[in-house]
Amino acid sequence: MSATDIPSGTAADTAAARDTGGAAISVQGVAKTYASGAGPVQALLPTDLEVKPGEFIVLLGPSGCGKTTLLRMLAGLHAPTEGTITIGDRPLFTSGDTEPKRDALGSLGFVFQQANLMPWRKVWANIALPLEVLRVPKHERRKRAADMAQMVGLGDFLGHYPKQLSGGMQQRVAIARALIHDPSILLMDEPFGALDAMTRDQMNVQLQDLWLETAKTIVLVTHSISEAVFLADRIVLLSQRPGRIQDVIEVDFPRPRPLSVANEPRFGEIVGSLRGALGGHA
Amino acid sequence: MTATRPLTDETTSPVTPRRGSGSRILWITTPLILIAFLGLWKLYTVVSGVGELILPPPEKVGIALVQLLGDASVWQATYVTLYETVVGFALAAVVGIALGIVLGRARTLERILSPFLVATQVVPKVAIVPLLLLWFGFGLASKIFMAAIIAFFVMMQNTILGIRSIDQGHRDLMRVIRAPWWKRVISLDIPSSLPYVLTGVELGIVFAITGAIVGEYLGGDQGLGAMATVMLSALRTDQLFAVVIIMTLLGFLLYAIVAGVRRYAIPWHESSGRATAL
Ligand SMILES: Nc1ncnc2c1ncn2[C@@H]1O[C@H](COP(=O)(O)OP(=O)(O)OP(=O)(O)O)[C@@H](O)[C@H]1O
Ligand SMILES: [Mg+2]
Repeated sequence: MSATDIPSGTAADTAAARDTGGAAISVQGVAKTYASGAGPVQALLPTDLEVKPGEFIVLLGPSGCGKTTLLRMLAGLHAPTEGTITIGDRPLFTSGDTEPKRDALGSLGFVFQQANLMPWRKVWANIALPLEVLRVPKHERRKRAADMAQMVGLGDFLGHYPKQLSGGMQQRVAIARALIHDPSILLMDEPFGALDAMTRDQMNVQLQDLWLETAKTIVLVTHSISEAVFLADRIVLLSQRPGRIQDVIEVDFPRPRPLSVANEPRFGEIVGSLRGALGGHA
Repeated sequence: MTATRPLTDETTSPVTPRRGSGSRILWITTPLILIAFLGLWKLYTVVSGVGELILPPPEKVGIALVQLLGDASVWQATYVTLYETVVGFALAAVVGIALGIVLGRARTLERILSPFLVATQVVPKVAIVPLLLLWFGFGLASKIFMAAIIAFFVMMQNTILGIRSIDQGHRDLMRVIRAPWWKRVISLDIPSSLPYVLTGVELGIVFAITGAIVGEYLGGDQGLGAMATVMLSALRTDQLFAVVIIMTLLGFLLYAIVAGVRRYAIPWHESSGRATAL
């Protein structure tokens, strides 16, 4: 999988297709207050957000502003204290729900902030786990896991146990696992945080390619301003705790974006204004 | 990347293989230490002039051991002790692990019951042997219960720990991939708590054989424990030693079986020491 595999027309076609239809994810008045031992913690103030099908959204904000909280609610892992979340045309949480309506979730890929690999499974079996739930036969699971491992640069490590891998390698296994069942919605919580700058760039390019090819809806959390500008259609800027949406920035560089887009003056301008808005927090 | 490639570890591991050379050295050190031990023992009996009744020299024990092994009654006694141990252990494992799973999930229940569970452990269990004899007679049943009572707690406790230690991140993962409950049990709950449960089982089998032998010491006329008391009253210290050696070997055998199961069942775990050997 590389940028050169994509006929230039396809990207434009899928991009056009994306603009039709309703929201892929709709967040209305969603707030979250955690009940903790030391009293309630307000993590997210009432928030509205519409993610279009096939859109690439990046959540950017200082540590502790509720990015993980929001993402986990989108995946049905936490219930909002108030507000409604709708996936496609199916409600996931309607006001006051404490349990998600599971069938709304459809096919979902989630990259956690921690790799969350199962230490008793070898790399290939970790990657293939979502396929087991879908009852894909074993030989096909192996094949698809091998392909996916290849994509994240771990083709030689299929038979290793997670503890034999470095932190960055483990995170790449987790990314492969989130993608293996070709989910239509991909939620990623600082997926590349544990990677070195060069691998990170490479993974960013690969993720963009994958997204252009498959028309997934992606919501990605990051601390890196330049990563946000490189990847996003729209950057959702969250303010310091308690989190709320401070600004939404459209990024309209043409796709596929080469890494060198970072050298364009407009890129630098956006990065600069985001840095200013974050007040040096990120 | 071909799918048909065998997915074993032909690639070199980035982690140095652990314990590989460490276990090979045991084949040399263990016999050496044993020989040194026997030598010191012999030396002591010669130099100190201690009576054979108190400490027989090693070769006398060896002869007694060979003689005993030629005698059907020892095998009968070994069989009885093995039987009590295994049945008592199995009983304790079933009840202990089942109760551990329940208490591991139900925190409140565990908190309510914990004073009582601890109390049963604080009671010196040897002290209840007379009661067991009273209730279950001098036959095998009282020894089976003794073995079970001693082995039960550690297996329950480790199972509770195992269930509690299931990682929240892994639970979230299973939810996100929409795993049904049985898939979660098979792919998360069991493998995740298995190392703990198996640690309990390893300790449990050792505790069970102790329980069975203590029970035999204190009542009845069957098993290795009873045989040891007979030899004591006959003042055959050399044979007493030989019986203790047989008990030890039996314990070793049972432990080795359980440890082997553990190594096979959880090759990925630190405790198995051979992460890449599968
Ligand atoms: N389970 C919880 N119980 C109580 N408080 C929580 C819980 N999870 C998060 N919080 C609080 O909610 C706030 C937002 O947390 P969250 O993890 O969403 O932040 P984040 O934006 O993802 O931060 P980071 O960039 O450091 O990952 C934090 O102040 C945190 O203390
Ligand atoms: Mg976070």
